[in-house]
Amino acid sequence: MTAATVAPGRQVGDGVRVTFPRVVHSEWVRFRSLRSSWVTLAITVLLLVGLAALSCWAREAHWPPRDPGEAASFNATLQAIGPGTFLAQLAVGVLGVLLVTGEYATGMVRATMAAVPRRVPVLLARGLVFASFMAAVLVPAVFVAFFVGQGLLASKNIDTTLHAPNALRVVFGAGLYLVAIGLLGMALGWVLRHTAGAITALFGLLFIVPLIIHFLPAPWPSNVTKWLPGGVGDSAGIAVWTPHPGTNSLGPWAGFGVLVLWAVVVFAVGAITLRRRDV
Amino acid sequence: MIEMTGLTKRYGDKTAVDGLTVGVRPGVVTGFLGPNGAGKSTTMRLIVGLDRPTRGTVTVNGKRYDEMAAPLHEVGALLEARSVHSGRSARNHLLALAASHGLGAARVDYLLELVGLTEVARKRVGAFSLGMGQRLGIAAALLGDPAVLLFDEPANGLDPEGIRWIRQLLRRLADDGRTVFVSSHVMSEMALIADHLVVIGRGRLIADLPVDEFVRRGTRHQVRVRSPRLGDLVALLQGPDVVVRPDGDGAAEVDGMTSEAIGELAASHGIALHELSPLTASLEDAYMELTGGAVEYHAEVAE
Repeated sequence: MTAATVAPGRQVGDGVRVTFPRVVHSEWVRFRSLRSSWVTLAITVLLLVGLAALSCWAREAHWPPRDPGEAASFNATLQAIGPGTFLAQLAVGVLGVLLVTGEYATGMVRATMAAVPRRVPVLLARGLVFASFMAAVLVPAVFVAFFVGQGLLASKNIDTTLHAPNALRVVFGAGLYLVAIGLLGMALGWVLRHTAGAITALFGLLFIVPLIIHFLPAPWPSNVTKWLPGGVGDSAGIAVWTPHPGTNSLGPWAGFGVLVLWAVVVFAVGAITLRRRDV
Repeated sequence: MIEMTGLTKRYGDKTAVDGLTVGVRPGVVTGFLGPNGAGKSTTMRLIVGLDRPTRGTVTVNGKRYDEMAAPLHEVGALLEARSVHSGRSARNHLLALAASHGLGAARVDYLLELVGLTEVARKRVGAFSLGMGQRLGIAAALLGDPAVLLFDEPANGLDPEGIRWIRQLLRRLADDGRTVFVSSHVMSEMALIADHLVVIGRGRLIADLPVDEFVRRGTRHQVRVRSPRLGDLVALLQGPDVVVRPDGDGAAEVDGMTSEAIGELAASHGIALHELSPLTASLEDAYMELTGGAVEYHAEVAE
């Protein structure tokens, strides 16, 4: 034990108070000081770039395909970014969940909410920090995946450029999609507070619900699926990184808007839960 | 200054805190005593706004906790349950909390030094012992240099040296003029630390009084005397504050006189004593007696 003592009188000045920028700073310190943040984002980037390379290498090695229909539906942009984005959404969704439920599981949330008893600024700041950081890392990562993929496809002259129709929107849209799915996971974390429950809810919403709807009689599947946040082909979120959205789905930006709306609504439910329930 | 007025918290149909009206004053260490499950931790959670009261109010320095502009500057709390992310280092944990109030690394490092965690500041908290976790919680409580401090079972997991250290720390904080509210379920610990006691059982206030008075009230002086001339002795012992109960076996229990006084009296009258033994009830006994009816779960003692 040291000989240090608590000096009499007050040691910290009058400038000490909670402000939103300070809460954001606090959230940034939290985010960067957890190993899981960095590991998960590294895995996400690896998935994006690695699967782009794998998918494009496999494609050009077996080009032209035996089935002419396969050649007709080939899209060099999607070939590069599609598989990586599909798997990366799982990683960012789980990270979003964990950034909230990890505090509930360890008890950290008690210290957090004692420091910021209005609570909702914490939710907003954490969303802001997570979204900014994901956007700064994942949007460029999808572009890298695109270029890596095109580099491999170039050996069979089946590569494309960002100037091709829809290519820039699809590549950029995939990055935005991942940011929104991460936020949806985080929002579910605030509502449900338990890691397993929130991950189940997220994956259920993305994959199980569309599957169930798929088995409903027409016109249910085509009318409902396009309003779902993401996960499957015709859902709202996928449209923004689909070169030619189908007739059963919303347009790219309308679809992305619906996905963002999902995240915003679940965040709002999370904020109400946070204000009303005991920590 | 902490003020609770009719503070009540129910979880479902279970009442954890039941109409507490208590004022906790600055400049003294106030012990918060009660058996396990009496509602101490719930009360602490209510003070720092983690739980909302079902009825009643609690304010600190006249303010509701969730209306404070700088809560860590007003109230510091070491809660009983661990409140640290196990994946973060001690230093980063404190930095994150400090950042929300605009406090920087200098303050964090000072507190790490104060609680003796400087050497392990960059280790993951998940690997900390109970005692180290407790020290980190104390550092977090002191972060904003608050005027009011809550410590829920601070001695948990500390070694004897650590317990002495926390006792001295609490004393210094109170001597600084701060409000120090410290809970425990162990009476003997409280007798050493606290100036004032708030005792609860099953969520209800049982006692709110200075430790001295608690000790005086709780410690009865009884003396057992045995003498061949017991009848003569009993006649001499009669007085307004003295109660004598012969046990029919040549001995008697005397209430209200010290063993010295009885011995002198017997000697001055030439009465031989075969036994003269003080029967002193301990603080622990007084506490047990006080809270006996309010213990949530009784253990059966096998004979």
